[in-house]
Amino acid sequence: MPKVTIDGITIEVEEGTTIMNAARKVGGEIVPPAMCYYSKLNKSGGKCRTCLVEVTKGSEKDPRPMPKLVASCSTTVMDGMEVSNKTSQKVLDARKGVVEFLLINHPLDCPVCDQAGECDLQNLSYEHGTEGTRFEEKKRVFDKIDIGKYIQLHMTRCIMCYRCVYTADQITNERVHGVLKRGDASEIGTYIEKAIDNDFCGNVIDVCPVGALTDKTFRFKSRVWFLNPMDAHRNCDKCCGKAVVWMFGDEIYRVTGRKDQYAEVEEFICNTCRFETKDLAKWTIEGPRQISRESVISQGHYVTHLSKIENKNKEKIE
Amino acid sequence: MESLSNRSIQVSNKKMTFMERIYLPAIIGGMIVTFKHIFKKKATIKYPEQKRPVSDVYRGKHVLKRDENGAERCTACGLCAVACPAEAISMVAAERKNSEENLYREEKYAAVYEINMLRCIFCGLCEEACPKEAIFLTTEIVPTYFERKDFIYGKDRLVEQVDNRVDITKRQIKQSSNA
Repeated sequence: MPKVTIDGITIEVEEGTTIMNAARKVGGEIVPPAMCYYSKLNKSGGKCRTCLVEVTKGSEKDPRPMPKLVASCSTTVMDGMEVSNKTSQKVLDARKGVVEFLLINHPLDCPVCDQAGECDLQNLSYEHGTEGTRFEEKKRVFDKIDIGKYIQLHMTRCIMCYRCVYTADQITNERVHGVLKRGDASEIGTYIEKAIDNDFCGNVIDVCPVGALTDKTFRFKSRVWFLNPMDAHRNCDKCCGKAVVWMFGDEIYRVTGRKDQYAEVEEFICNTCRFETKDLAKWTIEGPRQISRESVISQGHYVTHLSKIENKNKEKIE
Repeated sequence: MESLSNRSIQVSNKKMTFMERIYLPAIIGGMIVTFKHIFKKKATIKYPEQKRPVSDVYRGKHVLKRDENGAERCTACGLCAVACPAEAISMVAAERKNSEENLYREEKYAAVYEINMLRCIFCGLCEEACPKEAIFLTTEIVPTYFERKDFIYGKDRLVEQVDNRVDITKRQIKQSSNA
């Protein structure tokens, strides 16, 4: 099994593991950010270039460093490879540049966008971007396409990560949307305004790292940080039924998949759960969802599980 | 126990002298002080006929600004509400219709925007949080009312009139064109 050293931490991983996944095995600060790579989707990654790392030593056999920064999501590890991520100034500079490029055509309409507060691009530019912009030209605009009653497409916000395309390809059986046109002019859309209607098409909302694909049933209803995310499940004949319900009082405002620390859903959920089951009686609430303290969603959200409080009270009583 | 700050004074209960007991010198002394104050400048003013000059950045009643074309700037992003330490602000967002471009600046707008002036502590954090330069505090003072419900200011009292703009240029650190 090859040994790889990332930012001074050595870990042994299986043959064929990418640098990204090796770093995720270690966890913490050394994990490169990812906008397009999605571990649950085959062939994803290699598009956004935010996960660039510097390979300072190629391998035990060939210790020469790699001449350029490599995308950690698609580069497999070699035995004795040494990688710098946060410790390399070159990487940090490159990432700053990548963020600038990603934001070139991004409208920065976060106050309007429903994704704000849980947006990967927001987090990325907060951590790696610069305060100002040097871009003075006109940002690209698109004709609005209606892609059905459940999903709202905002093409201007898209960063072309292709995650939704892979989702539609791999999770649903009838893909009707994809990338049209090329290069600078490429856009996500359906050919000849076809509505997306598949039982699992709602997952493109969860995989979208920005607010390009958002939930129409939740559109402008509230802001994510005013809601309380709760783990909940229900018996569903189409999917696992395990979801997060976003509540305001006793009302369910929206339903999403359970996202882990890398903003990837644990399991994909079906459209019935996501869009049509907003009745609290149909869900079994397990408890509050654990939200990172750094996230704005954690404001006003109590993460201590009720069972823990009850146990503490019991101890006190005894 | 000894005082740590060494600033406490022991209360004495000494017997008063004769001069102190007739109280007259003390009364006259007090009268002189009172008499002097008659000729001094008054500390109070006759509000509301008279008003004190306040600083340009005084934090009084809020205003929801319109842009140069008269469209409402507020996009109901909720940042003021999340910044508000007193939980005084609430809002309901709505989507702009096709014919309403001249009314609202962005795709989304606040259909309902309420500030509870009883809760508000006039800290100005909403003003600081606003990414759209929509909410500002003004030098105007929120008056008192007899009913609690009167203190809940809706958009009718917060949004500035198109023909009667509120000048907030003195509050802005720098004028930015894109907001």
